[in-house]
Amino acid sequence: MIKVERLVKAFGRQQVLRGLDLDVATGSITVVIGRSGGGKSVLLRHLIGLLRPDAGRVLVDGADVTRLHGRALDEVRRRYGVVFQGGALFDSMTCAGNVAFPLREKLRLRAAEVATRVEAALTQVGLEGMGSKYPAEVSGGMRKRVAIARALVTEPEIVFFDEPTTGLDPILVNTIHHLILELHRKLRFTAVMVSHEIPEIFEIADTVAMLHEGRIAEVGPPAVIQASPNPVVRQFIRGEPERAEGA
Amino acid sequence: MTERPLPLTLRPLDAIGRWAIAVVEALGRFGTFLGQALGTILTPPFKFWAFVDRIHYIGYRSLLIILLTGGFTGMVLGLQVYFTLVRFGSEAYLGPAVALSLIRELGPVLAALMVTGRAGSALTAEIGIMRITEQIDALTVMALSPIRYLVAPSILAGLVTFPLMTALFDAVGIFGGYLVGVELLGLSQGTYFGEMQSFVDLSDIMTGFWKSLSFGVIVTWVCTYKGFTVGHGAEGVAKATTDAVVLSSVLILVWDYFMGTVLP
Ligand SMILES: Nc1ncnc2c1ncn2[C@@H]1O[C@H](COP(=O)(O)OP(=O)(O)OP(=O)(O)O)[C@@H](O)[C@H]1O
Ligand SMILES: [Mg+2]
Repeated sequence: MIKVERLVKAFGRQQVLRGLDLDVATGSITVVIGRSGGGKSVLLRHLIGLLRPDAGRVLVDGADVTRLHGRALDEVRRRYGVVFQGGALFDSMTCAGNVAFPLREKLRLRAAEVATRVEAALTQVGLEGMGSKYPAEVSGGMRKRVAIARALVTEPEIVFFDEPTTGLDPILVNTIHHLILELHRKLRFTAVMVSHEIPEIFEIADTVAMLHEGRIAEVGPPAVIQASPNPVVRQFIRGEPERAEGA
Repeated sequence: MTERPLPLTLRPLDAIGRWAIAVVEALGRFGTFLGQALGTILTPPFKFWAFVDRIHYIGYRSLLIILLTGGFTGMVLGLQVYFTLVRFGSEAYLGPAVALSLIRELGPVLAALMVTGRAGSALTAEIGIMRITEQIDALTVMALSPIRYLVAPSILAGLVTFPLMTALFDAVGIFGGYLVGVELLGLSQGTYFGEMQSFVDLSDIMTGFWKSLSFGVIVTWVCTYKGFTVGHGAEGVAKATTDAVVLSSVLILVWDYFMGTVLP
């Protein structure tokens, strides 16, 4: 269970998070939606302990990751898998090397087992035979899929996805969503996903949370969000253009 | 908590205070960074292949430039020192004069400056790009220490390669001096090398060795630190790279003077 309590974060004068509360149930897929630049990535970076808030807490099964350091923080992170918005692949390694890296360095598996698991993971994301290419040599969509394979290959308990499907073609978007669902059924991880894929994410989310002006404006099952009377949510999921300021 | 605005007369003082605190803070982070790196060097697991890779990156890739600059430095030295010594009728001491200048001073300093330009800047840019593309964050959230994977191997490789590069620079430089002094200006080969042997002590060589060793730490420390703390975007990487080269070069010269006053 992940509990975000009254999280506040400002960069200089810019208030990004203004007392954000969010609960993520163990084993659920929670999708955070919201305007570009609204602070979704900033929220994720607090959950994985890369940013420290000005105020508030992030409890992961009772441990406050905003106050943990060093070994204690690593202990929590060992349960994590993270798909960064830009992929964050190591560009000095091949795609297969990227997927193998956490198996070898984090789980310390033997070379033979690493090889079979890497092969399986790449096949799962539809990249069999592409392992020997470097990240700079594959397309943006392929990089995303390698990043997903790298995050999930260690079978983590908690996975954070920052826009895993942005920039992919519609067929791939659905393929990746089904892949995530399938792996979720198998591994039962807790997922926190940032996504702009509306309406597709309503099919895979257990809970949808709408981030607006530094807080969660509305949270609930997809059906509830889709039927929400809240004008902010309605405008966002219908993609209505902004009204002029002060109108 | 509402603070009253400072009286106008005190504002410069306030600004100086802020600036001083920022400088001390930055120095603290800079020092802590080296402390962390040394900590990971001394504790397992040791990333052997990363270390080998860094030796290739820092050492092997600087080979050509070291050979080239070392050779020409020795030749220039041979020429200039010869014309100076001739005035005193003591051109027989060309060998030791060239060798001592190279071994004690020019070898360590110029080799370090060359490696900084060739490999140090690349190190900063590489780590800086890893930072802005979140590759360092990716390591961190895998519960793996980026310092262990990226910084410690570079510093260790600096310790190994800088003395080697310096030795190479010295050797090629002495040969360059030989080319000019003996082949061009007609000094006898026996005089050039013979006098060298009787004047160059082990302590001279050790001076050069300690200098190159410390330059190895300084350059890799500065360059990895600047990469790690890079600002935003391509501009940030460009600035970090320039800063790393400038700061490394200044520190090399300052530290060289300091070592020169301390070592025999
Ligand atoms: N390290 C930082 N320093 C300063 N400002 C930052 C930093 N990180 C994020 N911000 C600011 O915080 C705001 C929120 O950024 P964030 O990346 O979280 O947006 P987002 O909701 O993920 O947007 P997108 O959907 O486009 O990815 C932005 O205005 C950004 O400029
Ligand atoms: Mg984002």
